[in-house]
Amino acid sequence: MLSTKVTDCNAHGQDSSYFLGWEEYEKNPYDEIDNPNGIVQMGLAENQLSFDILQSWLDNNPDATAFKKNGQSIFKELALFQDYHGLPAFKNALVKFMSEIRGNTVTFDPNNLVLTAGATSANETLMFCIANPGDAILVPTPYYPGFDRDLRWRTGAEIVPIHCSSSNSFRITKSALEDAYQQAQKHDLKVKGILVTNPSNPLGTSLNLHELDVLVNFISTKNIHLISDEVYSGTVFSSPNFTSVMEVLKNRNLVNTEVSKRVHIICSLSKDLGLPGFRIGTIYSENGDIISAATKMSSFGLISSQTQYLLSEMLADKKFTKTYLSENRRRLKHRQETLVKGLQKAGIRCLKGNAGLFCWVDMRHLLCSKTFQGEMELWKKIVYDVRLNISPGSSCHCCEPGWFRVCFANMSEKTLVFAMQRVKSFVESMTKKNSNQSRQEQIRLNHARRTKSLPKWVFSLSTHPLEV
Amino acid sequence: MAIEIVQVQPSVGLSKMAVSQTHGEDSPYFAGWKAYDENPYHETNNPSGVIQMGLAENQVSFDMLEEYLETNLESTNWGQKVSGFRENALFQDYHGLLSFRKAMASFMEQVRGGKAKFNPDRVVLTAGATAANELLTFILADPGDALLVPTPYYPGFDRDLRWRTGVQIVPIHCDSSNGFQITPEALEAAYDHATKMNIKVRGVLITNPSNPLGATVQRKVLEEILEFVTRKNIHLVSDEIYSGSAFCADEFVSIAEVLESRKYKDSERCHIVYSLSKDLGLPGFRVGTVYSYNDQVVTTARRMSSFTLISSQTQFLLASMLSDTDFTQKYIKINRERLKKRYEMIVNGLKKAGIECLKGNAGLFCWMNLSPYLEEPTIKSELAIWNTIMHEVRLNISPGSSCHCSEPGWFRVCFANMSEETLEVALSRIHAFIKERKQVL
Repeated sequence: MLSTKVTDCNAHGQDSSYFLGWEEYEKNPYDEIDNPNGIVQMGLAENQLSFDILQSWLDNNPDATAFKKNGQSIFKELALFQDYHGLPAFKNALVKFMSEIRGNTVTFDPNNLVLTAGATSANETLMFCIANPGDAILVPTPYYPGFDRDLRWRTGAEIVPIHCSSSNSFRITKSALEDAYQQAQKHDLKVKGILVTNPSNPLGTSLNLHELDVLVNFISTKNIHLISDEVYSGTVFSSPNFTSVMEVLKNRNLVNTEVSKRVHIICSLSKDLGLPGFRIGTIYSENGDIISAATKMSSFGLISSQTQYLLSEMLADKKFTKTYLSENRRRLKHRQETLVKGLQKAGIRCLKGNAGLFCWVDMRHLLCSKTFQGEMELWKKIVYDVRLNISPGSSCHCCEPGWFRVCFANMSEKTLVFAMQRVKSFVESMTKKNSNQSRQEQIRLNHARRTKSLPKWVFSLSTHPLEV
Repeated sequence: MAIEIVQVQPSVGLSKMAVSQTHGEDSPYFAGWKAYDENPYHETNNPSGVIQMGLAENQVSFDMLEEYLETNLESTNWGQKVSGFRENALFQDYHGLLSFRKAMASFMEQVRGGKAKFNPDRVVLTAGATAANELLTFILADPGDALLVPTPYYPGFDRDLRWRTGVQIVPIHCDSSNGFQITPEALEAAYDHATKMNIKVRGVLITNPSNPLGATVQRKVLEEILEFVTRKNIHLVSDEIYSGSAFCADEFVSIAEVLESRKYKDSERCHIVYSLSKDLGLPGFRVGTVYSYNDQVVTTARRMSSFTLISSQTQFLLASMLSDTDFTQKYIKINRERLKKRYEMIVNGLKKAGIECLKGNAGLFCWMNLSPYLEEPTIKSELAIWNTIMHEVRLNISPGSSCHCSEPGWFRVCFANMSEETLEVALSRIHAFIKERKQVL
């Protein structure tokens, strides 16, 4: 009765562990006062650190939410505005903001911008524009679990992973790209492009110049697209500075060339400004055909004109944007350090990160077995016993078990510190248990050695008192 | 025959979808807009410009909305509480703001005069009815399948239902012999036609009240359609975005009422699309909904709505506005009265000029019959007169052929997107044009 998009249930990806952890949290959410034993949500990449700065701007600029401009009502104008080209004032302010985030190393033309209801919509729309059903897009692992739905569900496209590993800090290499490309060909899949997230979710690192060069060279040779999802660009809080792929094209004199027409950026205000509810996403491209098609497609996911207007006023306030960006970065840096240090105290290391709202945490040493099953077991312990919802690397398609994404910007500092204490206690108890177990193991081994010469029936009668 | 999808050679590196013409924006419907954009009428600055009568917008009731906003500022600034703003800014749950869903369900009930009940848990929110229609099509049909749609229909459907979904539209031909009402014979003919072409029909999509007819679908016809879809075991989508624009509340019958009266038997094949773009005149805010009686459709639609969520800022504002039932009762009543007055003004004005319209009772437009003034009963003649009206009379109206009407000579003329004065100017221009035309013919 219903389409295959409904009956092929897993393409929406809703049943992955990523979402199951959320469900557990929903059933038993931590609250400092009302539910101190509840689950602390550390699986949500939200930026809750700088709302006070936003609120203060709102208090000083009441017209922006009252549908007024210079004291005059523009309600009717906004209520009727549904032009898919977007509110010009908003696009103009947005491109300047995008530039500012990138240290003004590149400028953006508002005519090359398409507005969409969130980056979720932007990513899907771009896929509709570059891939036919059955075509493939290469995506480095680990990647944001939502991509399985966003890039594949309604588009019918396939994701072929570019495997990255801890051996080189999960950096994208030329050989990994080649392998992925060949894998796709082996399966008769036509590769239409690569999608990278820069800064990376879940790694919390920005791509380095070498990686960016490798990517640009690769798409050049293979004549495919490069989508750079830069939704976390405003969350780079320590060096190296963020380098957008646009900057690389500029530096290599590739602007206005055939290659640059295959490079597209995704931006959003959900992470940088902490406004995921407002659904503000964008596609930026120098490819006129893509912009034309994507603009028409944006009819299916336009941004509310009420929201476009509010943000046009906010982002046009340069004093605000400057203050916000620097203060937000400072706060993110501090939070990340709190998380990293807290984990360190528990003997847990993180990948060295410089961006994002999360850390990529190495818990391989805590696995019972170095398998994904072992990872799941550890994850369940962390969700149900330690009562922290964190995201297992397998849900991000990481090829090595034992890595977890842990968010740090969606709770108060107090809650974060408290969560770290729970982690420390958990690791301590695990270590104790392990050392007991290894002591038991040692005793058993000694026993086995001493009794090796006795017949088997002797052992079947003995039950070691400490074995459980 | 099925409305053709034009195929083009894909340019290097783009999908077939990106380069196809299925977005339909090269049709003459949009050429009229171009003429308007280049020379827009303005009462004082450009009194001889093109008057826009091709835009189905409701501009007659903004004063009531603005009055509400003046007296309810906290709906726009979260009561100036940091926690209110923060909570709202973070809210991206695809279930939608509960208070807003409740308000929408309640508003939909009020629009139907309480004759049908709506459950907020079946309300799925989307960024506009454009998104809702596309989303439903993705869910109900596979690429290559078809939806049956009665003609004439809203030109945007060619894009909304077909472009990215790969689904086809097979027309249910309606004509003026019975006021363009849908008949069981027409339904069967469309279904058979699809079957002959080896196309699988997944559902029927009607617009009630109809765009472009400006008339409600009669209860008897709704029952016949319901019987048809049940017999064929297919879906029924009822696009009711103009439900609040029925001039007399009693004359609009929603499919929801028909289902309720039969205790929801067979209702899991029925789905309603609603929006605030027409009834509240808020197309810029992108507020649409899919209301389905089918649990699986609701669940899937909710997940799919991730691609087209309504800004939480807007949900918050409208939750407040629509849950104020004193305001909504007053708004619905007065809005209807004003639209009725406009309708009567235009229909009487056209009559005086010797032009008949389809007897309408809803919507933001009337369905005007210029067939007596065509040189020949052909689309070519229709487009010729349309061209003349656009460039000489300087009115942008929508030719019936852009709505896939099977009879040439009909035009959709909007009346709610301008002031009464401008409407008078437009009517006097038409009057002069017809007078001259009569002399020629």
